[in-house]
Amino acid sequence: MSEPASGLELQDIRGPSALGGGTKRFFDLLWLSALTEFKLGYHGTVLGFLWSFLRPLLLFGVLLVVFTQVFRLGSQVENYPAMLLLNILLFDFFSQATQQASTSVVRNESVVRKMQFPRLVIPLSVVLTNALQTGLSLIVVFVFLLVYGVDPVWTWLFLPLILGALAVLTTACALLLSAAYVRIRDIGIIWAVLSTVLFYASPILYPIEVAPQSFQDLIALNPLTPLFEQTREWIIDPNADGAVEAVAGNTWILIFPIAIWVAVCVAGPLVFNRMAPRVAEEL
Amino acid sequence: MSANPTSRETSTSMLTVPETFPPAVAVEVRGLQKSFRIPTQRIDTLKERATQLFSRTEDRELRALRGIDFDIHRGEFFGIVGRNGSGKSTLLKLLASIYRADAGTVRIAGRVAPCIELGVGFNPELSAHENVALNGVMMGLTPREATARFDDVIEFAELEEFTEMKLKNYSSGMLVRLGFSLMTHVDADVLLIDEVLAVGDASFQQKCFDAFARLHGEGRTIVLVTHDMAAVEGHCDRAILLESGRVDRAGEPGDVARRYLELNFGRREPGEVEGVASGARDAQVIGAAIERASGEPASGFAQDEEIVLEMVIEAVRPLVRPVFGFQLVNADGLLIFAPEPILLTDRERLEPGERARIRTRIANPLAAGHYYIHAAVGRGFEGRDPVAFRKNVADFVVYGTRSFGGLVAIDCAAESEVEPRRDDGI
Repeated sequence: MSEPASGLELQDIRGPSALGGGTKRFFDLLWLSALTEFKLGYHGTVLGFLWSFLRPLLLFGVLLVVFTQVFRLGSQVENYPAMLLLNILLFDFFSQATQQASTSVVRNESVVRKMQFPRLVIPLSVVLTNALQTGLSLIVVFVFLLVYGVDPVWTWLFLPLILGALAVLTTACALLLSAAYVRIRDIGIIWAVLSTVLFYASPILYPIEVAPQSFQDLIALNPLTPLFEQTREWIIDPNADGAVEAVAGNTWILIFPIAIWVAVCVAGPLVFNRMAPRVAEEL
Repeated sequence: MSANPTSRETSTSMLTVPETFPPAVAVEVRGLQKSFRIPTQRIDTLKERATQLFSRTEDRELRALRGIDFDIHRGEFFGIVGRNGSGKSTLLKLLASIYRADAGTVRIAGRVAPCIELGVGFNPELSAHENVALNGVMMGLTPREATARFDDVIEFAELEEFTEMKLKNYSSGMLVRLGFSLMTHVDADVLLIDEVLAVGDASFQQKCFDAFARLHGEGRTIVLVTHDMAAVEGHCDRAILLESGRVDRAGEPGDVARRYLELNFGRREPGEVEGVASGARDAQVIGAAIERASGEPASGFAQDEEIVLEMVIEAVRPLVRPVFGFQLVNADGLLIFAPEPILLTDRERLEPGERARIRTRIANPLAAGHYYIHAAVGRGFEGRDPVAFRKNVADFVVYGTRSFGGLVAIDCAAESEVEPRRDDGI
């Protein structure tokens, strides 16, 4: 053990915060926590972390049968199974990460109340864990796309853009929800229902053009909508309408999902930062 | 001589013992205040929030710290003592950056071990090996340092044979040992320790104090929050006593310990009266003290060491055939023992203003832990008509010297013999 350094300066102790305790420790903790959660995520199950891919895959199987055999939607859309699988995986990342994050601060009560712990690490590590799982699953999905016969095109290189925008939105939602959940426990249930609503109100199961016009206007407000539209144009079917073409000339409509995206991304960190110093007393 | 004359001036008011050189300050606390809002009814859900939106919710304000000033010098073993609810845990949490102060400042030189309780942040699903790596980083080490210190941590905790066992299979004693060992291996300049000494057996406690002595010798600053006046007098260089959120006494550990015992005993306050109709408050529990059989005030006892409880009760109105009693409860609030009704030995009634002093010798078969005394006065048949009741009039700690399980040691004697093998024979 090293001797304590002599000539230490007195420094202000300002109490707990979202980031407190030094940047190095923050990132070390974030990485270690995420890795631990990733390792323990499907702890005790026979198939282990394969489940992180199998779970969306099973949902995909059910929906594929319903929408190709019952509703015949699949046959109207180019590469429908490929689109469905990729969309489900991306949405699963969003919904799992936000739902797990919403309760995360409360679940880690003992660390919050008995240790100087940077609060932001808690929801961020949940998002990071889910990002790791999704990243691994994406490799499998792209193998599937190639086997299925989707032509690789140069616009695949834009995938990180979509993932980045989705990850930022997911993180902001995670922060907002985890902060709100400390005071209002209803958030857990409300968000579970809202996630389901978002699932159907995003062009995941269907391309936006098959929806009735009035419904199209509504889901155009959803900040997830442009992401899925761009995913389809860039990855699955270059001839499909992207986010800009889908609004058919009324480009100004895009302002709404973008504005909501920006608003959530600003509000998330702000709300969390306000809550962070007092959370130990609220719990 | 001093680099910062203004801050020194304010700091020397209560504490500093005259010395030729002003000692380096490791922890400086100025005007520290902290209140908690306690809603009369907790609002947790939207419905409650909506229905109570327009009704007035009365938040009760609990002022835990009402302006505290003190300095801790570098390399000092510093004690913080006080009765329950005096604000000492709040103070520790403010030092550890777990709470944010309402007013005032805390300044600390060097790194603080960020943990005030042993084993916080341990993951029961992980092995000791993985937990040391994770928890070491929580305590401020780099991942590499945490891994490098693993062997030292395990050796000190005497857990060499259990490194790959999941923590959920550890006994509570093993967890405490691992937590304590880790805490002493993370190179913190300031260690904050809350009541670790009431857990674990006697040999582990000895080891804890040996470790403190070693860290102390290395020049680290140790802040100990405790109820154990023997530990304060035996180990601390200086101490402060908190009472109702203020510094009541500061300085020599012996002086502070005496004041603590005095406070526990001589206080005259209405106290918490529960389960007693206000009209029936005909008597007042003035105070209680815990002593050794020798009559020396004490707050820590070895197992099997006799405990003497002294209570003082004052009659507010004439009391005819009063009955006295107490409840001995453990830290979980579980009633361990309440004696048969105690009567006045030579009198029938107590006149207003008269005081009765009741001494009870209590055998001590208790398990190691922290205990509290509630005092009660009643009258009528077996004292069933309550007159006064006051919670937590005294408390003490029992240290483990024996290793039985459960709440109390019941006398038992065991014999054993080896049975002859039941061979059927060929």
